[in-house]
Amino acid sequence: MRYKIAIASGKGGTGKTSVALHIFNLLQNRKANVELFDFDVEEPNDLIFFPNAKKIKETIVNQKIPVFIEQECTFCGKCVEFCEFNAISLIPSVKYISVDTSLCHSCGACTHACNYDAVSETKMQIGTITSYSNGNNSITEGRLKIGSAMQTMVIKELKKYIDTNSTAKIQIFDSPPGTSCSVVETIINTHYVVLVAEPTPFGLHDLKLMVKLIKKLELSYGVVINKAGLGNNDIYEFIKAEQIEMLGEIPFSTELSKLYSAGDMFNNIPIEILNAYENITKVLIAKFQALC
Amino acid sequence: MKTVITSSGKTTDSDFDKRFGRADFFCVFDNETNETSFIENIHKDSSNAAGTKAAEVMVELGVSKVISGDFGPKAKTMLEKFDIQMVIIQGDGVKINDLIKKLS
Repeated sequence: MRYKIAIASGKGGTGKTSVALHIFNLLQNRKANVELFDFDVEEPNDLIFFPNAKKIKETIVNQKIPVFIEQECTFCGKCVEFCEFNAISLIPSVKYISVDTSLCHSCGACTHACNYDAVSETKMQIGTITSYSNGNNSITEGRLKIGSAMQTMVIKELKKYIDTNSTAKIQIFDSPPGTSCSVVETIINTHYVVLVAEPTPFGLHDLKLMVKLIKKLELSYGVVINKAGLGNNDIYEFIKAEQIEMLGEIPFSTELSKLYSAGDMFNNIPIEILNAYENITKVLIAKFQALC
Repeated sequence: MKTVITSSGKTTDSDFDKRFGRADFFCVFDNETNETSFIENIHKDSSNAAGTKAAEVMVELGVSKVISGDFGPKAKTMLEKFDIQMVIIQGDGVKINDLIKKLS
């Protein structure tokens, strides 16, 4: 049994990475068989906090792009009709055909549409999946190539990579922010989602969006209130009214922010914050054990 | 020589549309015959590549000049590739008629 926990949030900057890293670290300290995956492929940053981690494996993520064979093409326009993303430019009068690689989603519809075998495929790199060793456990990040908009494709490949390469019993997915495709792809089929929210009006607004999404995906979830003490109590009322599982509260601390900014995530942590993370980790371990 | 002017309506008293890919209509003016015709921009509401699609239409129409308020990077690349001149007019309250007079 592999227990997959996603750490997500509607709003960015609520502390997904902090929560993911602390849970990972505490599980490591308990000698748990755990692996951390950075799914925030547009800006992966988990590895910044592990300066001694060693790269062990790098895999290139490619996207398939159509190549049009002009001698075979009759400029009939069927591929253009099939392309949902307007990625193909076709001008029959001047016998011109080309693909805009930034719009192509590699769906293969143009290849399917063509009756004249005028479409072949080539590979274009859109990212990398890199694994690092950190003592007994490893950390793997997906990284989208700058300029590509195919986040979800890199995320899907990272999931496939995990299924074939990871033997960790507990797998922590540090999710991208928001509630869009990349988040859906990250959290779908996980066993539990930890939603990190801050008690501000903006934090509550985006938590509501996230809860709506999670209900649609029918996932188990709970909330961690980060930066507790800021804002107001509205978020607590929402959590109570919706009967959402409360995993814990991390008090707001400028001291912690300073440590984070200096890249020092795990040392000199104020005791009340460490205790809060310990409690959250215990709850998650209990959930994992209940399933195994 | 054919010129396209981006237009918000299908008559010559319509307002000049400052958008290229998302213009409502394309007014095609031929300064040799002095004829004008209007073509609806079917790609104006497409989620992406409206500019590229509009540029493809310009190539198909065989125009040598396009007058609009601005051109996006993708439209610009396509129009440049086929040597179609881009003319930018930024002023407000311009009518299609005013521009046709200048071209005749």
